[in-house]
Amino acid sequence: MTLVSGWGRFPVVDSDVLRPRSFEAVGEAVAGMAGSVARGNGRAYGDAAIGAVRTIGMTGFDRVRSFDPATGRVRLEAGVLLSDLIDTFGPRGFLPFVVPGTRFVSVGGAIAADVHGKNHHCEGGFGRYVDSILLRTGQGEILEVSREQNSDAFFATVGGMGLTGVILEATMRLRPVETGWIRERVISASDLDAAMRALDAGDAVTYSVAWIDCAARGRDLGRSLIYLGEHAGKDELARDAVAFPAGKNPGLSVPIDLPSMTLNRYSIRAFNELYYRMGARRAGGSHVVSLYPYFFPLDSIADWNRIYGRRGFLQHQCVIPEQGARAVLGEILDRVSRRGDASFLAVLKKLGQGDGILSFPLPGYTLALDFPLKGDILNFLDEIDRLVVAAGGRLYLAKDARQSRATFEAGYPALSRFNAIRKSLDPACNIRSKLSQRLFDEV
Amino acid sequence: MTSRKTVLVLGGSSDIGRAAARAFAKAGYDVGLAGRDIAALEPDAADLRARYNIEVGLHKFDALDTASFESFVGGLSALPDVVVSIVGLLGVQQNAESDFAHATTIMRSNYEGPSLILGLFAEKFLVRGNGTIVGVSSVAGDRGRASNYVYGSAKAGFSAFLSGLRARASRGGVHVVTVKPGFVRTKMTEGMKLIGPLTVEAPVVGDAILSAVEKKTDVVYVSGKWRLVMLIIKTLPEAVFKKLKF
Ligand SMILES: Cc1cc2nc3c(=O)[nH]c(=O)nc-3n(C[C@H](O)[C@H](O)[C@H](O)COP(=O)(O)OP(=O)(O)OC[C@H]3O[C@@H](n4cnc5c(N)ncnc54)[C@H](O)[C@@H]3O)c2cc1C
Repeated sequence: MTLVSGWGRFPVVDSDVLRPRSFEAVGEAVAGMAGSVARGNGRAYGDAAIGAVRTIGMTGFDRVRSFDPATGRVRLEAGVLLSDLIDTFGPRGFLPFVVPGTRFVSVGGAIAADVHGKNHHCEGGFGRYVDSILLRTGQGEILEVSREQNSDAFFATVGGMGLTGVILEATMRLRPVETGWIRERVISASDLDAAMRALDAGDAVTYSVAWIDCAARGRDLGRSLIYLGEHAGKDELARDAVAFPAGKNPGLSVPIDLPSMTLNRYSIRAFNELYYRMGARRAGGSHVVSLYPYFFPLDSIADWNRIYGRRGFLQHQCVIPEQGARAVLGEILDRVSRRGDASFLAVLKKLGQGDGILSFPLPGYTLALDFPLKGDILNFLDEIDRLVVAAGGRLYLAKDARQSRATFEAGYPALSRFNAIRKSLDPACNIRSKLSQRLFDEV
Repeated sequence: MTSRKTVLVLGGSSDIGRAAARAFAKAGYDVGLAGRDIAALEPDAADLRARYNIEVGLHKFDALDTASFESFVGGLSALPDVVVSIVGLLGVQQNAESDFAHATTIMRSNYEGPSLILGLFAEKFLVRGNGTIVGVSSVAGDRGRASNYVYGSAKAGFSAFLSGLRARASRGGVHVVTVKPGFVRTKMTEGMKLIGPLTVEAPVVGDAILSAVEKKTDVVYVSGKWRLVMLIIKTLPEAVFKKLKF
């Protein structure tokens, strides 16, 4: 048994960790014992990638099966990391259509969480660019699932948090790009209304996201910097610029767990003041930046989760339907700023319709916040959840470690359909994670 | 035939072998993968072709079958520019202490086979007047330890072979690289307790091999920390060393 946790380092639980080397061995790992789930690169924050009994590490499956340079269609094993895809195919003119805020996630994990990027409002999630999936079900079958073939299983697997089976391989489309650069425009917004207006105005821009200073209060509540982006063409680069910049490995790393004192309301407020002012100075014109800092600002510091100390931290990511979002978001931000111990920065962005049955996105605004695990934080987040549920919103399973079953069920009305498909694929419920034990009706 | 450079990786299905093949392929080399089981190498060949649009050849090679070495080398359609041997077997020290056959397999897999095959390539390279030979040895060969001296002694022999070969071959335009990885997270070390700060992932070793070839380095400790660790371990007096639980 090994102690396992997600990126937020809470909860930490005992699980039997296996690293199979062949698809047959994956099958044996699933069949051998009830209660296993696949794990990609462990970037889900909570307990989604921890098996009830056994956790099946998939990053050893990192081969590309085939690539068509004419169409950008690629078939690969589920353990390939997006960072690897970017390094390999970027210089050949192709990038993933959708990337989350870190590039160190696996293809399997990106499908299972149907991850969203800064382009969800206009281009949808990761699953939209997946054509087919090779799935090892809990019952022991190996199925090819797609929109045409076993389509129920396909739409349950996209966003299904690994609960329909182990994704072995996938075929997906990559986006043709001229360069690895992004034309970025920064807008500063003085409060929440301005931030939401700026995001709405960016509806037609491919990438958009707002970084909210959640230490700001009163009239400044919701003040933020909005980052809009488009892929830059070759003609937009300086004459001596390389078309595809190299991604550096994280240079800095956080070597030890910082004492939880390091993050307090004073250090956070000081940091945010500085961050906002520096950003606001760049606001206005547009400039070209490498894709790495644009998409993955946190990746430059390895193991940054350790700055929250040994006890770990929680992320709270909700989505609120467009109607009435302003009032609820204002209320949440107000409560958070009064508490004063939330993250440096909150992320606000617009989402469109999700594709999978259990996919997180719905048309509206999503807000993501980090909280160090201490004090009465669990009670506080329960209160926030009540606001989310009342507004018809939901929480992101890939970021969750603590929501109640009631909150989950209220947020995901298609759950019964998902459960029926899951049951047909795995009647004995062999696939089971700590998350599914917590949130689904099972032991 | 292409005008690109070629590398032949012996032990191509190991984690370090795959990583080395990727590093060379990314740098534009055509790759040959050699191993006991050709079918097992197919997926890796497909991976390299899809990623880097290069030529990949597969070759059957068994490091214990020394009698086949001449025909193996003779059967290659062309001599590669670089040959890398990742062949090795950790084995189980405790079994090797009483089981001759197991001890012999460990010794032959880590010393006899890799030395003979690289020696053979060296002769051909010397005739041609150029080429690079890379042997992946181990820090375990720097001093015999109670916990793995059968493996360590074979690696020690291999390291000595490589250093002698380097001294001789360098005069004929042939470069020999000795790679000494410390702990690497691979199939071989799965389940072992590795010391985090001294442990590297296989791709780091792959990149180190490529860079040693391009920079003509003689001996590479993959993690710089190991050079220091082994310096200290090598200089401990035997009387002290034998008392250490190590
Ligand atoms: C810094 C940071 C920023 C992030 N930003 C975003 C963001 O902008 N948008 C977003 O959507 N997410 C974001 N995330 C979350 C992350 O994208 C998801 O949690 C993703 O699922 C992680 O992938 P992984 O390979 O690490 O999977 P894991 O964390 O290992 O697993 C996640 C889920 O996928 C399942 N899974 C993994 N591999 C397989 C497989 N082969 N077969 C079946 N199921 C599998 C697991 O069972 C689990 O349910 C962020 C995370 C971090 C740490």
